[in-house]
Amino acid sequence: MTHYLDIKGLSKRYIDSWALRNIDLGVEKKEVFGLIGPSGAGKTTLLRLIATLEQPSEGTIQFDGIALNGLSEKGALMIRRRIGFVFQNPIVFKRSVFENVAYGLRIRGEREVSIRKRVKAALELVGLSELESRKATTLSGGEAQRLALIRTTIVEPELLLLDEPTANLDPANVALIEKAISEIVKSQGKTIIIATHNMFQAERLADRVGFFLNGKLIEASETNNIFKRPKDERTRSFVRGEMIY
Amino acid sequence: MNSITEGLWKAIELLLRLDPEVFGIMFLSLRVSGTAVFLAALLAIPLGAFIALREFKGNHLIINIIYTLMGLPPVVAGLFVYLLLSSSGPLAPLSLLFTPTAMIFAQFIMAVPIVMGITISAVKAVPKDVVDTAISLGANRRQLVLVILSETRIGLIAAIITSFGAAISEVGAIMLVGGNIRFFTRVLTGSVVLYTRMGEYGMAIALGVILLILAFIINSVLTYIQMRDTT
Repeated sequence: MTHYLDIKGLSKRYIDSWALRNIDLGVEKKEVFGLIGPSGAGKTTLLRLIATLEQPSEGTIQFDGIALNGLSEKGALMIRRRIGFVFQNPIVFKRSVFENVAYGLRIRGEREVSIRKRVKAALELVGLSELESRKATTLSGGEAQRLALIRTTIVEPELLLLDEPTANLDPANVALIEKAISEIVKSQGKTIIIATHNMFQAERLADRVGFFLNGKLIEASETNNIFKRPKDERTRSFVRGEMIY
Repeated sequence: MNSITEGLWKAIELLLRLDPEVFGIMFLSLRVSGTAVFLAALLAIPLGAFIALREFKGNHLIINIIYTLMGLPPVVAGLFVYLLLSSSGPLAPLSLLFTPTAMIFAQFIMAVPIVMGITISAVKAVPKDVVDTAISLGANRRQLVLVILSETRIGLIAAIITSFGAAISEVGAIMLVGGNIRFFTRVLTGSVVLYTRMGEYGMAIALGVILLILAFIINSVLTYIQMRDTT
C-alpha cells in the first residue's frame, strides 16, 4: 500500500556520520504526525529531505505518488510549492512584516487585492496585525516564529513541515503558535509533520508519533500508544523523561 | 599654507559665482563617473551574484582574479582602453579616443571588478538559512537571486559607493584616454593636475575641494539609503 508520504529505506550520510539510517515511514493525508526524539536524532534531516532541500544518500521518498529523488529543477519547484517548511530558527527577510508574509503569494503571482486581504487575515490569526508595517528584523523571537508560520501557511501547502516551531519560546508564544497550528488543522485539514523534543506538544497535536534516536526510527504508532504503551524500552525511557541526552 | 587658505576661499568663490567652466567640468566629472559606475553595476551585480551562487569548475580562480583586479591601477585600465581605441587598435574605426565615451569606457573597466568583488563577498555572506527559506517558500531561480540581492542591498550600496569614489577621484585613466581637452574632456581631477603643473596652486586646491564636496554629497545620499536599511 502506498501512503500519501511514503518513505522507504531512507538514509542520509554527511561527511563522517550517518544522520539517518534506513527509515521506513508512511504518513497519511490530513494526518498530523509528530517526530520526537532528543537533539541530533535526525528529525530535522528527515524534514529537510522531504522538503527537497537535500538529497538522500539511499532510499526513496514519494509524495502523493511522485518520487522526490532526482527531480528536475521545474519538478522540484512544483513540489516545493506544495510543501511548506517552518524552520526551527525563523529567518525573516529584511523587509516589513506585511511584505514577509506576502512573499509566497507575490512569487506565485497572486493579485494585490487578494494579497492584502489574505495577509491581513493571517496576521490577525497570530496577533501580529499591529506590527504589519514594522521591520521584520526588529521582531522578538516569538513574533518572528509566528510570522514564519503564517508566511508558510498563507500559500496553503498540502504538506506542512514544522521543525521545532516552539523551541526556545516562552509559554505565551508556545500557546499562540499551537493555537494557530490547531486552527490550520481545523480549517485547512492539512497533512502536518511536526518535529519536537517537547513530548507534551506532540501528545497535544499529533495523531501519530514516531520516536527517533541516533538517526533511526525506533517506533511509530498512535500517539496514545507511544505515550501510554510504548513497545520499545528506549521509547519508554524517553517519554518518561528518563533518557539522558 | 597660504596656498591652501587661498584655495579654500577660491573654491567658495567659484561655487558662489556659478563659474560656467567650473560647473561644466563638475557636470562632466559626474556624468563620466556616474555613467561608468551605473553601467558597471548593471553588469557586475548580476554576474557577481551568479559567480557567488553557482559552484562550477574554475569558480575559485575567477573569484581570485576578480579580487586581484579590484586593485587594478587606473592608469593600466586607461592604457588598455587607449590601446583598443588608438589608431592601430581594433576599435580605432569608432574614433572614440579623447572623447567622454572613452573616459566612461576606461572607468567602467576599472569599476566592474570593484562592484563584482564586493557583490560576491556580500552574496556569499548571506546565511544559507535565507536561501533555504526562499526556496522552501517556492522561489524559482530568478526569484531566489532577487531575494538574495534584496537581502544584500547594504553591501551592494557599499559596492557602488566604493566604485564611484574610485572613479571620480582617479586621474590616470581619464587623462590617458580623454586627453584633458578644455570644454570637452576636462574633468575635476585632470584640472587639478593641470593647474598644479601651471603653478596655480590656489585654483588646483579649489578644484580639489569642489571634488571632495561633490563626492561627499553623492556618498551622503547613498549612505542615507544604506543606513535607512540597517535601522
